[in-house]
Amino acid sequence: MAEPGHECVFTGLSAADGLAIGRIVIERTARHGPRRAGSPADEKEALNAAVARAAREIEALAAQADELGAGILEFQGALLEDEDLMAEVLGRVAEGAAAHVAWASVIDGEVAEYRAGDDEYFRARAEDLLDLKARVLRHLHGAAADAPEKEAKDGILLADDLTPSRFLELDWSTWGGAAIRGGSPTSHVAILARARGIPLVVGLHGQLDDRLGGKRAVLDARAGRLVIAPSPVTMAAASDRLESLAADRRAWQDLIGRPAITADGEPVQVLINVDDPSLLDGVSPAHCDGIGLTRTEFLFRDGRLPDEESQFAVYRRVVAWAAGRPVTIRTLDAGGDKPIPGITPHGESNPFLGERGVRLSLRRPDILTVQLRALARAAALGPLKVMVPMVTVPEEMIRVRDLLNDAVGALATAGVAHARPALGMMVEVPAAALAAEGFDVDFFSIGSNDLIQYLTASARDNPAVAPLADPRNPAVSEMICRVVGAARAKGIHVSLCGDMASNPALVPLLLDCGLRAMSVAPAQVGGVKLAIHRYRGSEEGAAGRDG
Amino acid sequence: MTDAAPDTAYARGEAVVRDPTGLHARPAVKLTKLAKGFDARIEIRAGRSDGWINAKSPNSVMKLKVAFGETLSIRASGGCADRAVAALVGLIERDFDG
Repeated sequence: MAEPGHECVFTGLSAADGLAIGRIVIERTARHGPRRAGSPADEKEALNAAVARAAREIEALAAQADELGAGILEFQGALLEDEDLMAEVLGRVAEGAAAHVAWASVIDGEVAEYRAGDDEYFRARAEDLLDLKARVLRHLHGAAADAPEKEAKDGILLADDLTPSRFLELDWSTWGGAAIRGGSPTSHVAILARARGIPLVVGLHGQLDDRLGGKRAVLDARAGRLVIAPSPVTMAAASDRLESLAADRRAWQDLIGRPAITADGEPVQVLINVDDPSLLDGVSPAHCDGIGLTRTEFLFRDGRLPDEESQFAVYRRVVAWAAGRPVTIRTLDAGGDKPIPGITPHGESNPFLGERGVRLSLRRPDILTVQLRALARAAALGPLKVMVPMVTVPEEMIRVRDLLNDAVGALATAGVAHARPALGMMVEVPAAALAAEGFDVDFFSIGSNDLIQYLTASARDNPAVAPLADPRNPAVSEMICRVVGAARAKGIHVSLCGDMASNPALVPLLLDCGLRAMSVAPAQVGGVKLAIHRYRGSEEGAAGRDG
Repeated sequence: MTDAAPDTAYARGEAVVRDPTGLHARPAVKLTKLAKGFDARIEIRAGRSDGWINAKSPNSVMKLKVAFGETLSIRASGGCADRAVAALVGLIERDFDG
């Protein structure tokens, strides 16, 4: 795999961002020798003993794991106590199969079932079964004594694969990161690594070569690269970057729990975008000023029409999480790149310019009304704002407001607890951005992703033209400045909730436009707050804000 | 899945899954743990499908792939069947105490 002494680069996929300098530690997947099977009674006893040991280990690991890790281990532990699953294995043993053969074949059958179908979540659960399979087999083969190292000062783990439970066993405070030949960026291990900020590259090309063990290496997980025996130039560049990343990280940690203020002392609101409320458990509300965008498309997955109660339960949970901070929830934004079977139209020649967002909601007021009722009920529990996507002309907002008035009126008549939520619009259609002052709304939220693609006439899902959809195009700043100006003139709140705000490098541009509220991906809150903290209004920026 | 007992021998209940992600691993484990606390034979099924599965098996419960907004039917027979159904319905309605 490598010529000794020469820099050697291996590429894979980035699974968790980060950079590490260290030494390679190779971990080989345990290979079991042959195992001699006994009588069915002996095999049953051996299996039960192996399962019991595996269960004890998993329980001990779960006791020290964080919530995410404990959840994964808890499921594995429950599988070991699954009477149906174990009955199947014991049945094969009773028929004369060796314990390790029976166990492996039953689990492999289950793995195939979990992997069948498109559901990413269930496919990922197959990893848990394989993890469990390996653990029990290790005990059946009596190989429990070979406890691999848990600690390695600045070690970079190089392996064929890494199971979730092995990941949770390692003391990551001593390791630099990991590169594995298997795995995928959506695996459990990738999720765990991202949550803990551990650099991880998966799908690494090349073979494991024992001679690489102990060699110096640079793991550039952002680029999906592992450089073994780095040249002095590579090393120097990596150390510089590591130092500035470490300094940034220290600075974030200081800033993340505090309100964001520019170097000039101007406060800036930093809100978060929520794609799926079930992910909120891992985010601290104290780190943000509220939620600037909650997507609701997930509720309508597979064309389901959730009833009012189901929606209310979800909205209530989001409002409760925010604990008094403002929460903006967007009405269904189907169509374009988010088709929903049974709701979005078929066969449009250009779905991005077709019946999507509010256009679709106004064609299906029945669906919108259920959502508005659930939102008005949740508004009784905390400061909730309703945001309407893809608005083009003022008439659309008048019609949505009428529907909201009807929904609020009906709730009042029925004596159901509710409150009137603030009603605002996303500004993402250039015509709306240019004529923003003419809309009767309570707030604006700039949707920069669509605004940029419509402004530059460049589809964001087409790599051939993606470079043209450039957030740094001056026309984009011009448009944002205009919307901010219109909001000031009207005396209403304005924020931005597209990907632009989640990129710390673009934050100064937005602040130059006079924007003082942005909604960002939860993982970027620290980086964005740091960019705000370092921002000093330039002459140029001030001119832009006045103009 | 085979019901030797006549239909009337079951205690029955229904509840809608409110978790945005559906009945994923955590709720599935909670549900089976609660079910295991009862002597009754407890079975569940998703929506209107025919397949009743053992509510005490986390693997079988997971494989139902119950999605958000779907109705889960519960039936139980044997000791304290009524209490078992009520407890399971309660857990699902409380969104698994999440």
